[in-house]
Formats: sequence, C-alpha cells, structure tokens
Amino acid sequence: MLQIKNLQAGYGKIKVLKNISMHVNGGEIVTLIGANGAGKTTLLYTIAGMIKKTGGEIVLFNRDTAKMPPQAIVKSGCCLVPEGRQVFATMSVEDNLYLGGYVQYKQQKNYDRAGELQSIYDIFPVLEERREQFAGTLSGGEQQMLAMGRALMGGPKLIMMDEPSTGLAPLIVKDIFQIIIKLREAGNTVLLIEQNAKAALGIADRGYVMETGKIIIQGPAADLLANNDVQRAYLGRDVDDINASCEI
Amino acid sequence: MTYWEKDNECMDRAELEQLQLERLQSTVNRVTTHVPFYRKKFKEMGIDPEGFNSLSDITTLPFTTKDDLRNNYPYGLFAVPLRDIVRVHASSGTTGTATVVGYTRNDLATWSSMVARILTGAGVTHDDVVQIAFGYGMFTGGFGLHYGAEKLGASVIPISSGNTKRQIQIIQDFRSTALVCTPSYALVLADAMAEMDININSLSLKFGLFGGEPWSEAMRNEIQDKLHIIATDNYGLSEVMGPGVAGECIERNGLHINEDHFYVEIINPETMAPMPMGEVGEVVITTLTKEGFPVIRYRTRDLAHLIDAPCPCGRTLRRMSRVIGRTDDMLIIKGVNVYPMQIEAILFDIEGTSPHYQIIVEREGRLDRITVLVEVVESIFFDQMKKQRGLVDHIKKRLAAELGIGVEVKLVEEQSLERFDGKAQRVIDRRELS
Repeated sequence: MLQIKNLQAGYGKIKVLKNISMHVNGGEIVTLIGANGAGKTTLLYTIAGMIKKTGGEIVLFNRDTAKMPPQAIVKSGCCLVPEGRQVFATMSVEDNLYLGGYVQYKQQKNYDRAGELQSIYDIFPVLEERREQFAGTLSGGEQQMLAMGRALMGGPKLIMMDEPSTGLAPLIVKDIFQIIIKLREAGNTVLLIEQNAKAALGIADRGYVMETGKIIIQGPAADLLANNDVQRAYLGRDVDDINASCEI
Repeated sequence: MTYWEKDNECMDRAELEQLQLERLQSTVNRVTTHVPFYRKKFKEMGIDPEGFNSLSDITTLPFTTKDDLRNNYPYGLFAVPLRDIVRVHASSGTTGTATVVGYTRNDLATWSSMVARILTGAGVTHDDVVQIAFGYGMFTGGFGLHYGAEKLGASVIPISSGNTKRQIQIIQDFRSTALVCTPSYALVLADAMAEMDININSLSLKFGLFGGEPWSEAMRNEIQDKLHIIATDNYGLSEVMGPGVAGECIERNGLHINEDHFYVEIINPETMAPMPMGEVGEVVITTLTKEGFPVIRYRTRDLAHLIDAPCPCGRTLRRMSRVIGRTDDMLIIKGVNVYPMQIEAILFDIEGTSPHYQIIVEREGRLDRITVLVEVVESIFFDQMKKQRGLVDHIKKRLAAELGIGVEVKLVEEQSLERFDGKAQRVIDRRELS
C-alpha cells in the first residue's frame, strides 16, 4: 500500500529525515513512535505531499508520488488527521465533515455524500448529536473525533494520524484508540504517530521507532513492547529504577 | 506442505527486499550508535551510515571477522547493556579461542521461531519426538534446536551428545521420531546399531536434521539408507545466532536461508569481491533483526553458493548449497587447493570403503604429502592381497583425477579410526609451518 525508500526531507538547510525506509501493508495498523523532534510529523507531512522530499521515493498505491500535489494524494485515497485536530472552529460540525469529502464531491460522479456522512455518524454518534454546533465549541475528544470523521469522509484507503491522543484525558484516549481498532476491523489501513508509545504499540500490528530522523528499531509491535531500549526510552519502565536510586 | 511462518517464508521478492532494506538500515543505525567497534570502523573508512540507500550498498560496509570477535572478548560487540542480555553462548571454538555472543529476550524468541521454521521445513511437527544429540552448554547447537523444537510443540529429549549406547536405548525406548546431531555422529549411531543387530525397521525414526559440520550428498545417502530416515541439512553458526540461519526442506536440494532475518552474500575469499550468482565462495552474513549481538558482514569462512531457482516447496526464501568446505580447512598441497570434502565425496562413492576416513598431511623435506587412511569393510581384509591393492589403486586414481595431485592411500581395518561425538576431526596436519 505504502512503500518508502531512503526518504530524505527537511526544512531549508536542516535535514530532518535521513534515509527513512518503511512500508505499510493493507489492513494494518502501523505505528511510528519516537521522542519529540525525531521527525515523525515531518514524515507524515512528506507523505501527504505538504513537505517536498529531497531524496528517496514514496510509492503510494503503486504510484510514485514525486509529482503529485497534496490534493492529488488525498484524491488517490490517503488522508491525514493532523495533530491538534485543526478543525474549522467557526463552521458547523456537518460543514467540517463535508469539507473532508470536498475533493471527492467535486470530482467523483458517483460520490455518495449523504451515505458517507451517515457512516461517519454511525462511528461517532456524538457528532450527529452536535451536527449544527460550531466545531469550536466541541470538547477536545469530540474535536478529535471530528478530525477523524472529516478524514474518513473521502473514503480513504490509508489514514494517517498524527498524535490523536495529544491533550486528551486518558478515558477519551481509550475511546479514540478503540475507534482506531474499529477502523482496522472495517478494512481500513492506519499509519499512526504517537508519543503514547505503549497505547500505540498495544493496538498496532507493527511499529517503527524513530530517533533523530532515522529508524533505529522496527518489527512486530509485540517485539517492540518487549524491547528494552524501547521500554527505557519510550515506555518509562525505568522510572522506578531511577526513583529507587534517588532515594539512596 | 506446511510452513511455520507462511507469510514470511513465501514473500514476493520486492516485498522481501523492502523489508531487508528497512531492517538493514535500522541495524546499521543501531550498531553506529551502540557499538564503538563499528562506529570507529565506519569513521575510519569514511562511511556515512545515512548514505546507505540500497541493499547493494552493503558492499561498502566493512567485514567482521572472527579476530574482531576475539579482540572484543567477551562483551565488546554487544549492542545492548548486559542487563538486557538474558543468555550468553560461546562458539564451539572449532578453530582457536572461543568467542562470546549474547541474546536479548526478543532474540531468543526470534531464534526459536527460526529453528521452528527449519524443523517444520524438514518435516517435523508437534507430533514428533525430537532427540537432540547436539552438545548442550556453551555450544549453540543443543539449546538452539531445543527451544525451536519446543516452540514447535514437539516432545523434546535433551539427551545431549555422547554415550552412544544410551542414545540408542533412548531411540528405542522413547520411540524418538527425529534425530538431531552432526552427520558424522549419525553414522556412528548407525554403525553401533548394526553391530548390536538392531532392526532399523523396529525403530520409529523418520527424520534426521544434521548440521554443525560439512557433509556430502553421498554421506546423506548413506545415512538415509542406514537409518531409514529423511536426512536434511541445516546451517547456522553462533556468531550470527546459531542453528536456524538456513535449512533444507523435504526437497533436500539446498538450504532455505531465513532471509528476512539474515542477509547472505557470497564473496571471493581472496579478493573479497562478490561472486556471481551460483558460484562458490565464502558465505558472509549480516544479521537484520538481532538486538543483543548484531553483526555486519560476518565472514563465516564457510564455502557455499546461492541457488536462485524457485523451490517446489513454495518457499520463496533463496537457497544456499550445502557447505562444501571451510576457507580455513582448505589445504594447500603442492600449490593446489584441496578441500577435505572433495576427498570425502569420492570415498563415499567407492564400494568397499566405510564412511570413516582421516587425512594426514606431512612434509618431507620440502614436499607436502597427503595420506588418506580409509576404513574398509572387513571382508576385504580376509580376501587376497590382490583385491586390496586393486582397491587402493582405484581410490588413488579417482582422487588424483579429482584433486589434480597424487595422494597416498592406506586401507585400515574397520573401527580402527577414532570416532567423534560432535564435529569429526578429519584432517591431521603434521606440517610444521611457520
């Protein structure tokens, strides 16, 4: 579904991604974990076509995306749920959702907008309750659901999510992750970026660990959970050890 | 046809190569960060780990040799702190001092899966009773097969090596269905059973998985005939993991390499240039998933070639030939390269000889001389001298034709040569080379 080879990208002279190779197969949840500044978001934005790569190749649905602008990538079936939701605060929930399917609505004759909308409401009943409300008045969790719903409106084959748990209460995070699992069950493919490594690896099939623009470990999610380096760096297992040594 | 991990064993080539590249890049990134030896070496050679763009770029990376492992004895090449290591093994020290390797919990899980794959490929299932006559202890053979067979769900008999009488008794009493040992020891067992007048058909043995030393096709036939089993070859070495690197499937026509975990190259041992597909050279292995003890381009000193043709078993994992010798047991006699395996193959081919032999290399004045001691079946010693001499001449001729040099041949009585529980020592080099 998605194959990346030796991807390099950055901002001006600053190289952020240094030779990233990874892939996502259809029907998988793949998670990309790593500390702040590792380059996770840059990677997603580069896949989405919003940052120009400086080297390597991205093959999405068997097509090289080098010459595709962001809207063409969206149209091909890859959508991004950005970090911090970024919903259109002064528009209604329903209008936000319509915008998510705008490219398809304008360009695909057989696009069933009402049907898509209803299927989003089926996944997120709370959005239907608040369909007339301004998006800005929703809670953080509801806004996250709206952002996900907006991405799903175009009927994507690959959904990329950037830190969906940021700033949400633990209980809400659990709901969001349950929904991601449901998306996979419905046949969707998800590329998930998370700082909440434990939760992300808990639901993912495979994972990649990024450090300063490089992939340092990759493998089945269960293996990464059991990897001591990952535990120390991202799962906070050694906090107890550190506390213990402070007491002495 | 059953597989252990079908998705990984039957991947298409492009998918596999993408996975190999990803894993190779992350391995290179990890050794650069965590192993000072590699960091230093990359720096000296001006290698930028970030400029590693394709699988073929692997040829720019430095080799790792047995000496590098020795110089970093015991833990110098580990990529994780010792507290993350849950098992330590040492090489069997076939040549020189031992080298030490370590495994994390994930490494052990991967190792078991690799071995389970090979057992499955060789026909073993969870219904089998697997007698492991490899040495346990620091040697990876025993424990490697043990955990793999356990993961498979077979009934494991950890009898370890040696004590031939007891091995045979256990084979009979426990109704072992699969035998795991060195090929030479399988023949020791076969001979001992023949001597004890045991009816092979009364045993439950079905499969034999042999490794740990080079052996020939003729030796396989001999083992299969004598023990009435399907004998498969498997390959591994402690420096890269242990058994489980590659193994034959039931087709018995080359060993499937677990390419999603190991990247195998074949190089010319003298020029270090890559050999064309299908040509014999030294096997060089890079680990793709090892956490505790990753190695980059480890020179195994084993000689083999790759087989690119698809295998009827359906696995897409590329095969390697059996190991036909070692770069370090290559004998240079009168300027000619001679591998003991060449001699073995011929001896197996000749009627009247038994599969036990020894090669003695001596130097008389300035001249090297090889004498091959061959055990012959008893009947020949009772017969006339003429027949004996005819046999000697016949062997000499065959060897000279194969090796290109003259070789002395001496017939010895059956059971007169030393027997080995583990790796057989076939060559005795009495030359004092300085």
